[in-house]
Amino acid sequence: MSMEFLLASAIGALTAGGIYMTLRARTFPVIIGLALLSYAVNLFLFSMGRLTIDKPPIIDPSATDYTDPLPQALVLTAIVISFGMTALIVVLALRSFLETGSDGVAMDDVGEDGLEARDGKARQ
Amino acid sequence: MSHWIVVPTVLPALTAACLVLFARDNLFLQRVISVVATVALVVLTLGLYRLADDGELRVYLLSNWPAPFGILQVLDRLSATMLLLTACLALVVIVYAINGWDRRGRHFHPLFQFQLLGLNGAFLTGDFFNLFVFFEVMLIASYGLMLHGGGPRRLKAGFQYVTINLIGSTLFLIAVGIIYAVTGTLNMADLAVKASQVATGDVALLRTGALLLFMVFALKAAMVPLHWWLPTTYAAASAPVAALFAIMTKVGAYCILRMYGLVFGPDAGPLALVAEPWVIPAAMVTLAIGAIGVLASRRLLDLACFAAVASMGTLLIAIGLFDEVGVTAALYYLVHSTVAGAALFLLVDLIAIRRGKARDTLSAAAPFPRDYVYGALFFLAAIATVGLPPLSGFLGKLLLLDATMTTPHAAAIWTVVLGSSFLMLVGFSRAGSVLFWKSAAQPAPAAQEDVRRRAVPTLAAATLIGATVLLSVLAAPVSRALGETAHQALDTRGYVEAVIGTIKTASVTGL
Repeated sequence: MSMEFLLASAIGALTAGGIYMTLRARTFPVIIGLALLSYAVNLFLFSMGRLTIDKPPIIDPSATDYTDPLPQALVLTAIVISFGMTALIVVLALRSFLETGSDGVAMDDVGEDGLEARDGKARQ
Repeated sequence: MSHWIVVPTVLPALTAACLVLFARDNLFLQRVISVVATVALVVLTLGLYRLADDGELRVYLLSNWPAPFGILQVLDRLSATMLLLTACLALVVIVYAINGWDRRGRHFHPLFQFQLLGLNGAFLTGDFFNLFVFFEVMLIASYGLMLHGGGPRRLKAGFQYVTINLIGSTLFLIAVGIIYAVTGTLNMADLAVKASQVATGDVALLRTGALLLFMVFALKAAMVPLHWWLPTTYAAASAPVAALFAIMTKVGAYCILRMYGLVFGPDAGPLALVAEPWVIPAAMVTLAIGAIGVLASRRLLDLACFAAVASMGTLLIAIGLFDEVGVTAALYYLVHSTVAGAALFLLVDLIAIRRGKARDTLSAAAPFPRDYVYGALFFLAAIATVGLPPLSGFLGKLLLLDATMTTPHAAAIWTVVLGSSFLMLVGFSRAGSVLFWKSAAQPAPAAQEDVRRRAVPTLAAATLIGATVLLSVLAAPVSRALGETAHQALDTRGYVEAVIGTIKTASVTGL
């Protein structure tokens, strides 16, 4: 089996799992789904400069070929952003669980007055 | 090379950092710094607007890296207009926010400045991946701002908002990956050239990338079927934040115009106007859903949210024409709907505070002191939003209808625009009559508690409504200037020549 097949099916499996998980009704599976999606996208970005093995990532007169360094730089940026975002959404989910007592994603389980009650308190 | 071009991104970044580092615990100092920085931004963007007004396209190479390798910012009439609009809106919103809203949670001002950094960067950049980065800056700040004030409802809505935008960012990266894999460039001008020369075997792949990217921008612009996040998010956000978010959806519309009018414009060979078949039909459904939502709303806040969806529909119909007349109408409507939408959100908050327990529900409640002032302001805001003469909403829709005259969709567009205006008129009239006339008939509360409230927030909302009046009075010069902006925004050849020309001179001086 070629490297391309392996990488492509890994990206496909991660994306499929990610989409399935983000469609769940509770926050924890949704977060796992987002993490899977971000792994899939990192692998995808990595492969977008084509798979070149054992080549330097810089243009060097003595080297015959090179690996495109830009996708690697992009993957680094994407990793940093998705890492930060995962941390944020975990805190957000936890806080909303603690304040509402449920980890559902839907708005139905928040009382209609959830916002108003608190705003009223803040104003007094 | 004028260094002023980079200042709209540097100034909010430094201000935000100063706020976090030196004024963390001093709200008064935070307010002073934030207002001063925003005033400076208005002056600066006004200067940039005048600079761009000569019709020349200015390119700023960051660190003077030759452009296909480095990142560049491009100042043209369109980006200057968007910068000026953002700065003016931000000033009104910050004046509104410093009268109490910024006290409800920590770090309002730094987040606000980071939001401005993201917005300004997205309007200025000439590079795809840099656009992604500024989108992220903008979104991360907006997560914080949206949650400002806390409470279970905001947290739940915030989780949904963050999730949908993270999925949007994932799609953005996939699209950027595909486009880079096919063309080998992330520079917008370079891409415009390479898209027209793409090999036949790669056309399908590049089309996939371009349309995935379109989906991301459609998500930001709240275009059907990707609009459901907007009413929930805006209704849960605090009033000044919702008012600032009026410009956030416009970023999506701006990117659609940039990417599918300019980069994948009529000259892009096999990918010419790749998004065109999708924009107008989806925009018409967006407008219809917005109007029906306005009619179905039981709270004033929901009404304002669906009016925002409807205004995005109208704006995107005009952009979807991708010709000079259509884009002129779109830009006029963009300025109008940003100002009117923000005014409506501020007004809803002002009215809801004064109605006590009844808040913004569309039901009769005891009249509040000086309700005639808010009634009059709501009346003007409703006229502007619905699009009745004489205010700018009417002129914007008139320009749009005039621009569609010769297109094949004319009959459908006229039906949807006029029909939805009628539905919104009914919705707004009902809301206004229940809130002010039916409430006036209610018995006044026995002990009228006369709470002293500051006049400044009301003045801020009134300023925005005054701006729509001004936009209507100055319609002729404004639409003439926007016509020139539209001409430049669709001129792919001029854009490419300006950027590629700079690349050549820079690589001579740089190497």
